[in-house]
Amino acid sequence: MTDRKKEMAQIELVIGKILRVGVLVSATVLIIGMILFLMHGGTGYGEHQFPTTFAMIFQGMAELKAGAVIMFGLFCLILTPVLRVVVSIYAFAKEEDYLYVWITVIVLVILIIGMTIGFIK
Amino acid sequence: MQQIILLLAVGILAGILGAILGIGGGIILTPVLTLAIGLDIKYAIGASIVAVIATSSGATIAYLKDDMLNLRVAMFLEIATTVGAIIGALLTGVVPTGFLFILFGSFLLFSTYNMIQKLRGKKAEEHVGAANDQWAEKLNLNGTYYDKANQKQVDYQVEKVPGGFAMMFGAGIASGLLGIGSGVFKVTAMDTIMKMPLKPSSATSNLMMGVTAAASATVYFFSGAILPEIAAPLALGILAGATVGSRIMQHLQPKFIRMIFIPILLYMGLQMVLKGFGVHI
Repeated sequence: MTDRKKEMAQIELVIGKILRVGVLVSATVLIIGMILFLMHGGTGYGEHQFPTTFAMIFQGMAELKAGAVIMFGLFCLILTPVLRVVVSIYAFAKEEDYLYVWITVIVLVILIIGMTIGFIK
Repeated sequence: MQQIILLLAVGILAGILGAILGIGGGIILTPVLTLAIGLDIKYAIGASIVAVIATSSGATIAYLKDDMLNLRVAMFLEIATTVGAIIGALLTGVVPTGFLFILFGSFLLFSTYNMIQKLRGKKAEEHVGAANDQWAEKLNLNGTYYDKANQKQVDYQVEKVPGGFAMMFGAGIASGLLGIGSGVFKVTAMDTIMKMPLKPSSATSNLMMGVTAAASATVYFFSGAILPEIAAPLALGILAGATVGSRIMQHLQPKFIRMIFIPILLYMGLQMVLKGFGVHI
């Protein structure tokens, strides 16, 4: 294996490890949410009603409402690809591949713009 | 309870197939959610977008570990898909979609033909790209992967980078505007245009589709289109399925993967072209 390829494998290993943590956290929260859902026989909210703001989600979680816990887990899951991009920037920087640090920063900026538009809309 | 088990099972199936082919699995999920569970299309789309992210993150863990995907290709092309996806989402309701359905449907049908040719070709999956592409050199996009099915290291070169980039931009617009083909367009752009081998194309598509979907997923999340009791069991099933699928894929012959891919491409291509003409199947 050439240095370049070894370096790439190293970068991928780091990103993979952090991604695994993100996925495990999301899955654990979702499983807890589903257990609460089965225990309470519902989400703790009316039919097709659930919290969609952070304030409502955290309040619902404090009350152990299944719907709120699940929504938090889903939000963590939605963030895992973003986490992947952030860690990639760090990994490319560590390997001194500055072209790809910039490319990945651009991706992250576009992603944040997209998410902000989504949040406002 | 029955519904939870059904969603888990469908999720596992969609996760396995999605991880192997590099697609989001909407092709399985949307009919099950709308027809079998009777979910409103708005919630079905919300659940599908969560499914794309679950497939992507579940499968990518193994593909990163086994060095199956091409991180540089993914990041470079991601610029095109994310910009395209945002433009597509902003154009919703402004641009007539009929023409776009026909255009992208035709591309899928062309790719179907191209994939059948590859399947019949003698060299088939041995293509490693002879042409030296200056963009691929500059951006250091050429890669390598270990094929567990054939037990050998495959070095490959990437071709027609600007063409692939343009197609990815179009794919981004299509997924943002039409809400379809999160992975199918990516795999075919890498396989058909950039001449990457099918396995790294699929693995790279898996990584990319999650990033592209993340922006639109927040839109659906905050607008209340993601039903927790539907999305949670589905996502858990998919995470499990994608973890398994990403391991199965590495032991499959590329030819076999192509054989599963072709009917899906044909079906989606036909469906889109017909939709463009106002026929729904």
